[in-house]
Formats: sequence, structure tokens, C-alpha cells
Amino acid sequence: MTTTESNDVEAAEVVVDPNAVSVTINGKQFTARKGDLIIKAAENAGAYIPHFCYHDRMSSVGMCRMCLVEVDTGRGPQLMPSCMFPVTPGMVVETESPASKAAQEGIIELLLANHPLDCPVCDKGGECPLQDQSFSHGPGESRYIEEKRHYEKPIAISELVLLDRERCILCDRCTRFADEVAGDALIQFTSRGNTTEVTTFPDEPFSSYFSGNTVQICPVGALTAKPYRFKARPWDLEEAESTCTTCSVGCRTAVQSSRDELLRYQGVDSDPVNWGWLCDKGRFSFEGVKSDDRLTTPLVRTANGHEATSWNSANAAAARMITDAIAAGGASSVAVLGGARGSNEDAFAWARLAHEIIGTPNVSAQLGDGLPVGVLGMNRATIDQASSAATIILLAPDLKEELPVLYLRLRDAAVKNRSRIIEFAPKATGLTRYAWRTVFYEPGTQADAVSATLARPEIAAQLAKGEVVIVAGRANLAESSAGTTAALLALSTALPEAKVLPALRRGNVVGAISVGMRRGKGGLDSTGILNAAAAGKIECLILVGTDPIADVPDADLARRALAGARRIIAVDTFITDSSRLADVVFPAAAYAEKAGTTTNIEGRVTTLAHKVTVTGTSRPDWMVAAELAQLLGTDLGFGSVDDVTAAIAAAVDGFEEVTAEALEAAANGVLAGVASFDPITTPTVVLGDRNSYNFRLVVSRKLYDQAVGTAHSPSLAKLAPGGAVFVHPLDIARIGSAIGADVKVSAPKATIVLSLAIDDSVQRGTAWVPFNQTGAKIGELIDAAAAVTDVRIESL
Amino acid sequence: MTGTTYSHAPGFVAGDRPQIVTSRFEYEDSYTLERALATDGYAGLRAALSRSATEVHDEVKAATVLGRGGAGFPAGTKWGLTPAGVWPRYLVVNGDESEPGTYKDRLLMERDPHQLIEGCLIACYAAGLSQCFLYIRGEMALAQERVAAALNEAYAAGYVGRNILGSDFSLDIVLHWGAGAYVVGEETALIESLEGNRGMPRLKPPFFPAAIGLYGKPTIVNNVETMANLPWLMRNGSAAYTAIGSATSPGTRMVAVSGHVKRPGVYEIINGTTTFRDLLYGAEFCGGIRDNNELKAFVPGGGSAPWFLPDQLDLPFEGRLIGAAGSMAGSGAVMVMDDTTDIPNAALTLTRFYAHESCGKCTPCREGGTWLMRILDRVVAGQGTQRDLDQLLEVGGTICPGDFPHASSERLGLAAVPFPYKMTTICFVGPSAYTPVHSALTLFRDEFEAKLVKRTFIPVTAVSVSETEAAL
Repeated sequence: MTTTESNDVEAAEVVVDPNAVSVTINGKQFTARKGDLIIKAAENAGAYIPHFCYHDRMSSVGMCRMCLVEVDTGRGPQLMPSCMFPVTPGMVVETESPASKAAQEGIIELLLANHPLDCPVCDKGGECPLQDQSFSHGPGESRYIEEKRHYEKPIAISELVLLDRERCILCDRCTRFADEVAGDALIQFTSRGNTTEVTTFPDEPFSSYFSGNTVQICPVGALTAKPYRFKARPWDLEEAESTCTTCSVGCRTAVQSSRDELLRYQGVDSDPVNWGWLCDKGRFSFEGVKSDDRLTTPLVRTANGHEATSWNSANAAAARMITDAIAAGGASSVAVLGGARGSNEDAFAWARLAHEIIGTPNVSAQLGDGLPVGVLGMNRATIDQASSAATIILLAPDLKEELPVLYLRLRDAAVKNRSRIIEFAPKATGLTRYAWRTVFYEPGTQADAVSATLARPEIAAQLAKGEVVIVAGRANLAESSAGTTAALLALSTALPEAKVLPALRRGNVVGAISVGMRRGKGGLDSTGILNAAAAGKIECLILVGTDPIADVPDADLARRALAGARRIIAVDTFITDSSRLADVVFPAAAYAEKAGTTTNIEGRVTTLAHKVTVTGTSRPDWMVAAELAQLLGTDLGFGSVDDVTAAIAAAVDGFEEVTAEALEAAANGVLAGVASFDPITTPTVVLGDRNSYNFRLVVSRKLYDQAVGTAHSPSLAKLAPGGAVFVHPLDIARIGSAIGADVKVSAPKATIVLSLAIDDSVQRGTAWVPFNQTGAKIGELIDAAAAVTDVRIESL
Repeated sequence: MTGTTYSHAPGFVAGDRPQIVTSRFEYEDSYTLERALATDGYAGLRAALSRSATEVHDEVKAATVLGRGGAGFPAGTKWGLTPAGVWPRYLVVNGDESEPGTYKDRLLMERDPHQLIEGCLIACYAAGLSQCFLYIRGEMALAQERVAAALNEAYAAGYVGRNILGSDFSLDIVLHWGAGAYVVGEETALIESLEGNRGMPRLKPPFFPAAIGLYGKPTIVNNVETMANLPWLMRNGSAAYTAIGSATSPGTRMVAVSGHVKRPGVYEIINGTTTFRDLLYGAEFCGGIRDNNELKAFVPGGGSAPWFLPDQLDLPFEGRLIGAAGSMAGSGAVMVMDDTTDIPNAALTLTRFYAHESCGKCTPCREGGTWLMRILDRVVAGQGTQRDLDQLLEVGGTICPGDFPHASSERLGLAAVPFPYKMTTICFVGPSAYTPVHSALTLFRDEFEAKLVKRTFIPVTAVSVSETEAAL
């Protein structure tokens, strides 16, 4: 009695959740969230409403009419498209009433009227929403006996995507994605009524970096991607959830294989990260993993060049090289570069080997194209925080080219008016269109640009409006990190509350640096290591999944460093320009061939799936390190990758929570804590006299380049645009050469020949060259020691 | 008085019948500013500007000027639906008249463009709208020419532009030509088209144009004829306006009659009291059915309205009464079919139009409309079966679930099913493809059955094997 009374009192005091909306769904009371669409609320209540055009991550259009259900808002039951209306209090929804069922069956029959029903030869068959919902919600038979629509099938709408218009049910998902999410409205409806079709504009293919997503979200088999076409049936695919490591955004993927062959990656909707989207480079990079050019056995250099050998002899040779090096020049004459391409475990094992067993402080996961590691010690932002901040300050490379899915998230923040973007850039980027203010600076002067901009009253007013997130990275490889570092310090000094999201691009660069692949006390950074190697001071250079000759901006320095290093050990998946010079090459297990964890730019640790058997005798990097440690006399105690994960949690500052159990339990990974790093010190930027070198050089990456993974993925390799020197259209007259003609591009270091092109995203007085493309290497002109690079462009 | 000598000019007889929007039609130069000024032109505007905007708005509300585009929503009420404090807000005048059988707005634009411009000015003044867009159907070349010329005259004379007639009221009117899609007559599709997008309807609710319309701003979309009513209303007051017509449908209304009558044309009739019998048989209107044939059926409110039979002749032209009788007053277009009409073919003609004009956005209209047309095509060609006739109703049932409105018929013993219908589509184009099919099939099924394929079936009787063998 008393208990009941006290309960009543408590019940009366319960605060009513203002966001709760009580609705009745199929006769059952359900508490939905305010603003939830009926279709979403019903799904949460366990009543699935069939749909085609509705997609969680895009605006509703109510076109397919499949989600019509009877809804009573007090005016009697009415058929309403449940993807268009949010729940209201007291709403009564009947998803399975006779009227709802009749409407759904009717729509399925109409959708199938002109659908070719070629399921047996369709890639989508088995995972097709139209097929599934025809079974679950359709009438079971068709009364349509007229001639169906006919089109040529399929037509290529881009290098990667094919369109079969007969299968298309005109749900507007792909066209909406291209316009709304990707911002590349290159596919559209044309014609009307019964002859409506999806098409591209004349001579303009659907060359979006995100085109693969349209294939994934297509609810029928109308869109197919060349790399997967006719490769497998969905029911033969095995799947494991993993994280893409092509760049450092950390998009969740489903890695799918059949008969031990990688066949497809699908985006997985991770709310804090990728929302289900992937860029095409990440999506189709599996081709590189199964390339025939992969290394299969260890190689040692003999008089006849590289020869295949056993792991035992390669390990022994490598251990001997390290011992000899220590004997010849001391522990600090050994240097380790890389680790940013592997897992946390790989990096941790190599960091332990380098710092503790070899005892060298000369370790770096970056290649002269990053930022001082202190950027990771700043007040770190998550991607969610960045895309909901009142102001996003971009002091970063072109995110569309380097971190494509981060570009999608920030673009979304800007177009949905959550955030205003203030961009500092030497050249217009993919986000310039969406930026509230873009400040173009001449390379080297970014700190001045930042100070001048912060002094403007309207900027100050905007910055006072709420959270500020700075996205920081290297926009230009033809200058040292000094200019960007100075600008970043100026920003963080002026905005001490602002959070920083590092825009470093290699897959696990943040993880590698965090778990120890960084210089020790008195050690050298990557440029320092390369300089020392070039000066002959490095007895043994170990390259862990890194290719300095292709990747270091200063090509000459990289070449001299590899020539100057007495011994080189490489751990790599392919023979690259750098591993070709190594004395011992260990074949490394690639993505999807090894388990482990990875860390994205925000510090989110997620799992990597071991889905297929390794190529040849490849081993994961951590295992190579553990073996070498053993031969050098110390057992790291790593018997399995789980041991390494546990060791990271035990040893690494900020990773205490990142345990196997926590990763297992967390759907979206575990956010590692921010460890303390050496703070960034103010660099001095000395800009030289330009003399007759009257174009300041900007070098940045395109999504597709000659990087080893891309070059070995046939579908992606052909998308690389190729090298050229781009200037502003109004600067062309100063050069006195025609567009498309070959010109001499000279810097104090060297002269190369490139074809001349115009691009109005390039600022006047600057010249832009994409990095690591076919043709002459722009790296020849870049001097790691100089703050900026100025070039002269002359006709031949 | 034969069917061949009629003029396409409105065939009204000047006399007792009040003329609200057609008063200048008798003049050869009715479209010029000179003629307009000589016949009270812009006097309504002066009257409006001499009063406060609220007063003018109240006057329009008091007159209950029903929208003449089809839905019949009171204009004064519509103007009041815009959210307060959101600027700018727009007036969009829907001159994309494309409902089959409707050509009244065309005449209003061709014959008296100044009246339309004056109406727009009054509406914008009363409803506090900052800019006016006049959307004229792409095919109406003469209307475009006349309205453009009139607008130039009006700008030059200071009736449009900055500080109109010395007041602090300023307004710009922007002309826009359509690109030839029926569905753009639907207000949200028209807004999409005006914005430069594909003319496809928007979903509403949640957002009606009055809240979020052109360029995302509050937008009032009104019909040309609605605007043309305003100058007279301002000159004569709401009491004079409501004195004409019935209580629920005051004023006059333009009705376009086409088909098998002696004198088809546009007539300005008294709203709410003139009956269809008056209109079709009255000497001052259509003067009877051609060749003195019998009336078989007629469409009372444009191609998308369910059909009426001679049973409904004594209904007055009044929206609610027509709705209760199973159809709609719609755009004010009466299409008349005499007893020589091939009903299935007539239905096919209309259905083909709507199937062709489907924008393709939503499934039931895109697929269902064409399916209906294909089946009907087969039936009309003499290749149909009984199953096809049921199939027509079943496909229609997917577009419009539940009871579909139709007229009552004494001959068939049918009671009326009142308007409106339910629909699974976004807009009315899909149901419009079904409407003629449903009306024709419900009211004249025998005519369809007469067209069905004649097959002689060999009766299947049980024949034992032994008998067959014995025969051999």
C-alpha cells in the first residue's frame, strides 16, 4: 500500500521528455523522438515500411510512393507517404491495414510493370530491395501484358559506373546523392512521364569521386560498378566489417570476398564518421590488394639483383644488417621511416623495436609532407564536432582530393547552414564553393593572411558565434611546413578555445605517431633522417611500408638519402622505386589480409578485418618487427595481433580504453585520449628574393595519382589526370606560350618540362602542379630546406 | 445559326448580365492602354491605393473572391496565410492555362492585359507582396505579346514600377514564358519551373507555397481570372460583387465551352446560379447541341473532372453543388459530347493526354497512366477483353484507392459519389488520367463491351478417349 503511494508520487515527479512523441503503431503504443519521420519511427518500433526512394542520409522526396501507409492524425485514416511526415502526438499508424497493403501491392506491381525482371543475370539479384520487397510486400504476380520499355543496356556513365535504364525505377536516389551529398550534379533525369530516364550531360561523364556510392544505394540493379560486375552473386559473398585505410578519415567498410578473393567494399553507416559513404578510391582500391605484382616472398640483394629467399634467411640478413649498423655508427645511425600505412599494431611493434631494442631516436611516420607531431597534442576535434561547429577554419589541403569523405561531412555542414567555413588556401579547393569566406594567400604568407583576416570585424563577429574548429594540414608540398605551422599557431593563439582536426592524410598516420612512430629524445624528423642519410650518416635505413622516392616532396633529397644510406631494409607490398634499392625486402600483408586496429584523424580506433589469406608468404609488419626483435635478442612477447593490441592499451598514453573488449562492444570504435606531444614551436619563415622566378609554386595531391595502391588498381589507375603546370588564365600572357604546349619550369634546383594548362582555381602569380602524376616529377624542383619554391615558366 | 458560322469570341449578349471581367471585350483595341484608360482602366488601382492595404485586403475577403484556377480557394483567405515578418514575399500569377478544354485565361490575357496587370497591382498592394511574377503558358504567343506590350505601356505610364501613381507603393512585374508542360499548371510545379528546375510538383504539405514557395519565400499563387476580378471589385465594392451570383460563389465566372454545341466559346456567366442547361441550351450562350442532337455527356470542369450526364443539366455552376454531384467546377471548362460521340475513344483521347503529360516523378502516375492508356488503346482498337475493362478499374484503383466520384444516373440506377477522390500520387495528374476512364466505364460500360474482341469459343465438352477412337 505504502509502496504504491510512494511510487505514485515519484511518477508524478517524472519530468516529461520534451522530445518524446507518443504514437500508436500497428495497435501498439510507441514513444518516438520528436522530428522522426513516420517511416523511421515505425522501423524503430519494429514495423518495417517498404521503401525505395527514401534514404536515411538524404532528404525525402516521396516519389516512389512505396511507403504509403494509413495514418490517422484525428481526421480519419488517410494514406500518407511515411517518408515525408514527422510523427505527431497521438498519431495512429497502420502499416499492415488492408488499405496500406493494397497501396503497397499496387505500387510494386506498377514498379515491376516496366522492370525487365532479369534477376538471374543481374548483379543486384539476391541483395535487391526491389526483389526483396516484391516478395515481402508485392502482389506475387503481374497483370501487365503490354510491351515493356526498352533502352540500350547498359551504358557507361563514367569510367567506373554503368547504367541499365531498363532496370531503373526512377527513385532519384543516385541523382539526389550526386546533387545533395556529393555536390557533383552530373547525373539528372531527362525526358518525362513514362519515358523519364537518368542520364549524364552530353560529353560530361559522371566523373564524381563518389560515384560508387550511387551503385551501393541503387535499390535495383540499374547502376553497376565495373570492378564488381559479374564477379559474384551476393549469396556467395562473405563479409567482414572493417575500416578503410586508404586515407585517414577512417570510413567503416564491409569487406566482401568470395573464395578467398576480395571482390567488393561497401560503405557501412558509421554515424560519427562516414554516414555510409566511401570515395571511389577507397571503394575500388581492393584491386591493388589482389594485384599480380604483389610481393610474395622475401627478397635479398645479391650480385644479380633481388633474389627470392626464405623468411628465415631474410630475417637473419636483416638482423645482421641492424647489428652491423649499430656496431659501425651506433644505435642512432639506424633510422626507421614509415608505419603510417599499416595498423596500430604494426606501428607499435616497429616503434618498440626501434626505440627500445635498437635504441634509435630517429623514427618518423611522416615524409616531409606532414606537420610537426605537436598538432596531435592540440585540443583535438572530432569530425562530428567539426561538422557542427559554428565556424570551421580550413588551413588544410583540398579535402575533396585528400580526405574525400571529410569533404562530404564539412560540405554537408556548410550547405545545411550548420557551419560557416572560413578557408585559407593558396588555390581554390573543392570546398571553396561552400566557404563563407575564402582567403587566398601566397605560399609562405599564410600567417600574415591569418592575422589580417582575424582582425576583420565581421570575421571576429562570426568567430564569437560559437564553437570553432580548425582543420589543419599541408596545402602545399612545395613549401616547408613552417608557413602552415606559423599560421596554425597564430590561429590557436587568437582562438585558444578552438579545437583542431589534423588533416594528415596517410591511412594510420595519427595512430602510428600516437603509438610511438615518432622521433625520440634528440632524434631527427623525417627530413632530418633523409638529410642524415644523404650525408652518409645513416648506416641502416628501415622503410616500413613507405616509398620516399615517390612520396617525399623533395625528390632529389629522397634519392640522395636512399643512395647515401649504407643499408636499406624495406617492408612493402610491392616493389617500389624505394624498395627496389633495399638490401632486404620483406613482403607485407596488405589491407584485409591482416587483423588489427587503425586510428583516424580524430583519434577514433576501429578494427581492421582479416578477410582473405595473405598474398604469397607475406606477413603483417608487426610480425616482421617481432621476429627481428627476437633475433636481436629481445622477445617482445607478441604471439598474436591481440597481444599487440593489449600491449598498446597497457603502454600507450591515451589508449588505456582501447581494449579488444571495448572495440568489440563499440559500434563506432573507441575514441582514444589525446596524449601529450612536444608542443609546436614557432618557426621562422624566411622568404627569399624572387628574382626572375616569378611564379610561386603550389604542389598538391589529386585523389588519383601514381601512388602504388592506385597504380595497381586498374580501374583507378586510368583516372589519374596526368602532370601539367597550371596557371591562372590571365597569367598565360606572361609566359608567352600556348595552352597545351610544353614549357620549361625552372627552380634554382632543376628544370623540368611540363605541358602548360590554365585553371582559374589557381591564383595569379602562382603555378600549380599536381603531385606524383605521370610525366616529369615536380619533386625535382622542391627544396626541403627552403620555405617556399619559386619557379620560372618559359616556352621551350 | 448553323454550327459552322460561330465566332470564337465570347458569345455573350450585352444586356442585363453583369460583366466583371469581359467589359472591354467588345472593343477592337481592348488590349491597349488608351482603351483601358477610356473605360475605367486603373481606376480600381487608384481606389485601392487611396485606402490602406488592410482595408483593401478586407474588401477582397468580404467579397469572397474564389480562386478561379480549379481549387476554388478564397483569394483573400489565401493572402492571409503567409507567415508574418518573412521578406521578400511573392505573387505568382498562374497563366499556364493548359487544362484540356480551358481557354478563358488566354482570352483575358489577349483581350484585356491591363485588367490583369491592374489586378496584380491590387493584390500585391493588399497582401503586402514585394514582387509579381506573371507566368504565361509557352504556347500562347499572342497572350505573351499583348501582356508584354501592355506591361511596357504600364511601366511607361507609371502604373508599374517605383512609387506607383505617386504613392509609396512600388512593384515590379516579371514576365516568364512556360516551356510546355501541363503539370506546370500545378502551383508547386510552376514555382519549380520559375526557379529554372524541371517542372515537377513539390510535395505539400509540409510546405505550402504560402509558407515556403518561390526561392523558399512565402508565395501566393493566383489564377489570371482571379486577378482580373480585382479592378471591378475595387471600383464597385464588395457589396456590389456579392450581389451577383450565389452566396457561396459570388461574382461572375468565365466558362469555356467546347465540343458539340452550336456556339462554343468563352462566356462570362453569373457564378453559382447559372445552370448547365442555361449554358448549353440558352440562346444567349451556346444555343443548344449541334445539329439538334441529343446530349450524351459533358465534362463540367476541365479534362480532369468526372463526367456529367443530362441528369445533371439543372445543376447550377457552383463548386460545392458540383462536388456533391460527383465532379468538380475546376477550371471552368465544359466539354460537351452529343449522342454521336464514341465514348471509349473520347476517354482515350483524354487519358492519352494525361499519360503523356505525367512528369514521371511518382510511380502511380508514371506507370499507371501509361498502362491505362495502353489498355484503352487496345480496347478502342477492338482488341480488348472483359478482363481489360476490369483491369482498367483495378489499375485506377491503385492510383485512386477507394470510391471514385461519379455522377448519378437514373438510367443506370446509380447514386452519385461525391468529390474528391483519394490518391496515391503527389498531384492530380495521375488521377486525371483515370478520371475519364472511370466516368466512361461507369456510365457507358455497354459502349466498351461493344468494342471487345469477338471470339467464338469452341465449347469444351468431355469427350472420352474411347469415343474418339471409336470415331476413328
